[in-house]
Amino acid sequence: MSGMITPRNAFVAAVIVVLALIPVYAAMTGNTFMMTLFTRIIILAIAAVSLNLIMGFGGMVSFGHAAYLGIGGYVIGILAKEGINTGFVQWPLALLVSGLFALGVGALSLRTRGVYFIMITLAFAQMVYYIANGLDRYGGDDGLTIHKRSEFGGLLNLSNRTVFYYVCLVLLLATVYVVWRIINSRFGAVIQGARSNDRRMRAIGFPTFRYKLVCFVIAGVICGLSGALLANHTNFISPAMMHWTRSGDLIVMAVLGGMGSVFGPVIGSVALLVLEETLPHLIGFASHVITGKEVVAAKEYWQLILGPMLLLIVLFARGGIDGLIASARRG
Amino acid sequence: MLYLFEQCLNGMQLGMLLFLLAAGLTLIFGIMDMVNLAHGSLYMLGAYFAATFVEVTDSFVAGFALGLLATLIAGMVLEVIAIRPLYGRDHLDHVLGTFGLLIFFNELVRLIWGPEGRTISLPSEMLTAVQVLPGVYYPLYRLVIILATLAVAALLYIIVMRTRVGMLIRAGASNREMVGALGVNIKLLYTLVFGLGAALAGFAGMMQAPISFVQIGMGENILILAFVVIIIGGIGSIRGAFAAAIIVGLIDTIGRAFLPDLVRYFLSYSAGSSAGPALSSMLIYLLMALVLIFRPEGLFPAAGK
Repeated sequence: MSGMITPRNAFVAAVIVVLALIPVYAAMTGNTFMMTLFTRIIILAIAAVSLNLIMGFGGMVSFGHAAYLGIGGYVIGILAKEGINTGFVQWPLALLVSGLFALGVGALSLRTRGVYFIMITLAFAQMVYYIANGLDRYGGDDGLTIHKRSEFGGLLNLSNRTVFYYVCLVLLLATVYVVWRIINSRFGAVIQGARSNDRRMRAIGFPTFRYKLVCFVIAGVICGLSGALLANHTNFISPAMMHWTRSGDLIVMAVLGGMGSVFGPVIGSVALLVLEETLPHLIGFASHVITGKEVVAAKEYWQLILGPMLLLIVLFARGGIDGLIASARRG
Repeated sequence: MLYLFEQCLNGMQLGMLLFLLAAGLTLIFGIMDMVNLAHGSLYMLGAYFAATFVEVTDSFVAGFALGLLATLIAGMVLEVIAIRPLYGRDHLDHVLGTFGLLIFFNELVRLIWGPEGRTISLPSEMLTAVQVLPGVYYPLYRLVIILATLAVAALLYIIVMRTRVGMLIRAGASNREMVGALGVNIKLLYTLVFGLGAALAGFAGMMQAPISFVQIGMGENILILAFVVIIIGGIGSIRGAFAAAIIVGLIDTIGRAFLPDLVRYFLSYSAGSSAGPALSSMLIYLLMALVLIFRPEGLFPAAGK
C-alpha cells in the first residue's frame, strides 16, 4: 500500500462529494431539473453496480438486467394500485420477487456460458417484458401512474425531493459498500476464481454453480431495489422500464465506467447520462462554431456520435474511465 | 379446422422470415464466433433500401433486386470498417460494439429517411387471394413470401453444401486456424459470409415490409426472436435454424390465434384478450428453457462441435 490517496481514490471521493452537494446546488439555483437528472443517475448507478457484480467480477454477462428494474418497479406499482402504500410491505416484497426471479433465471441460464448465457438472459427479460405488456389491469403497454410514493410511517417523507435524493444516495453508497465487501470476501474470491477458470475451481472442491447462483440472486435483489426506487422517482411504471435496450444501457454504464472496480459503474452512470444531456448541446455548439449559425439538425442526431463512440471505447479503452484514471498515476 | 390451416400458413410465413434472419446470425456466429446485435439493423436497412428503390424505379422486382444488392454492399462495408476489429475479442465486446452500431444505424436511418416510416405498396396482381384448399383463400403475397424464402433456403443449402465457397465456409466453421494455414484468404471469406448474412437479413426485411410497416427499430424485436431460434436450433447449425424457425413461427402464430379463446373459456373474456398474446409469447421462451434443460446444445447441433 503506497497510501490511500491514489488518483483513483481521490476521484471517487470527489464524485461522492459532488453527488452529495447536488441538492445544495439545486436549492441555491432553483434548478429542479438537475435534481431529477441526478436522482435518476444515482438510481441507475445502483442497477449498474449490481450488474457489474456478476458481469465484471463473475464473468456472467447478463443482457437481461433491466428485467429486475421492471420487476421491482411493478411490485411497487401493483401494490400501490391495490391500495397498499406502506413501504414496509412494498420494498421487501419488491426485493423478494426480484430475488425469486433471479433464482429461476439463474438456475436455468447458469447451466450455459458465453453467448448462450447472454442470449438466454436477454430472452427471459423479454419474456417479463411481454408479461408486463399483457397486464391490462396495470396499464398494459401504456404503463401505470403511481399516485402515492411509498410511505414509511412518519420516518421518511419520500415525496420530499431532497429526502428522496439522499435516500437514493445512501442506498447507492450502501450498495457499493456491500458489493465491495462481497468482492473482498472468500465468497468473492471463489466468484472471481470461477470467472478465470471455472473447471479449476471445481477441481479444488468449490461447487461453483451454487456460488454463482447466489451471486446472481444478490445482483438481482439489488437491481430490484433500484427498480423500486425508479418507480417511486418517476411515479410511473411501464414495460419500457425493462426494454432490452435498457439492459444494454446498463452494460454500457458498467463498461464505460470500468468493470474492474466496484465504483466504476457509478462513474459510468454519471458519464453516460450527463453525456446524453450535454452531447446534443455540445454538438449544437460545435456546429455553431464551424458554420457560424445554429444548426438545429446537428443537435437532434447526437446518437450518431454516441454509437460509434461505444465502438471506439470497446476497441481502445476497455478499462473504461476508471482504467484511465488508475493508469494516470503510472503514465 | 380451416382456420387452423390458415394459421399454420401464417406461422410458416413468420417462421420463414425468422429463418432468413437466424441463418445469417448463425453463420456469422458459427464461422466468425461473433455476436451481432446489428443484424436487425440490416433487416431494417433492407426494407428502407427496397422502399426507396421501388419508388425510384417504379418496379417492384427491380426495386427489390437493387435493395438486396445495396444491403449486401452495406453489409460488406460494415464488416470491413466496424466488425473486423472485433473478431477474436470476447463476447461482451461484441455485444457492446454492435449495440453501438445499432444505435448508430437507427439514427442514420432517421437522418436519411426521416422519422416517419415508409410503406411499400404491392403491385395490384399481388393483392389477390388464391384458393389453397377448397374453400380456403390465402393472400397471394404471403404465399410468395413462403415460396421465395423456401427457394432462398434451398439456394443457401446448395451454396453451403455443393460449392467451393460453401466448402470453405464449412471448413471455417469447424477449424478456423487450419483454413487460414492452408492459404485461404480468411479475411475475404469473412467479408463474404457477413455480406451473405446481411443480404439474407435485408431480404427478410423487404419481404416483410409490404405487409407491415417500414420503420426505425423494426428489426429489434424480431432479432431477439431470431436469437431464440438459434438457441433452440443449436448455434452454428443452419439446419437447426430452419427447423427451429418453423417451430417458433408456428407456436407464436397458433398461440396468438387460439390461446385467447382458451383463456376466455377458463377465465373471463377480457382476461383472454389481454393475457392471450402475452401467454403465446411466453410459450416460445418456455420452449427455449426446456431445450436448455434437456438439450443445452440445441435440437439440431452443428456437426463437429
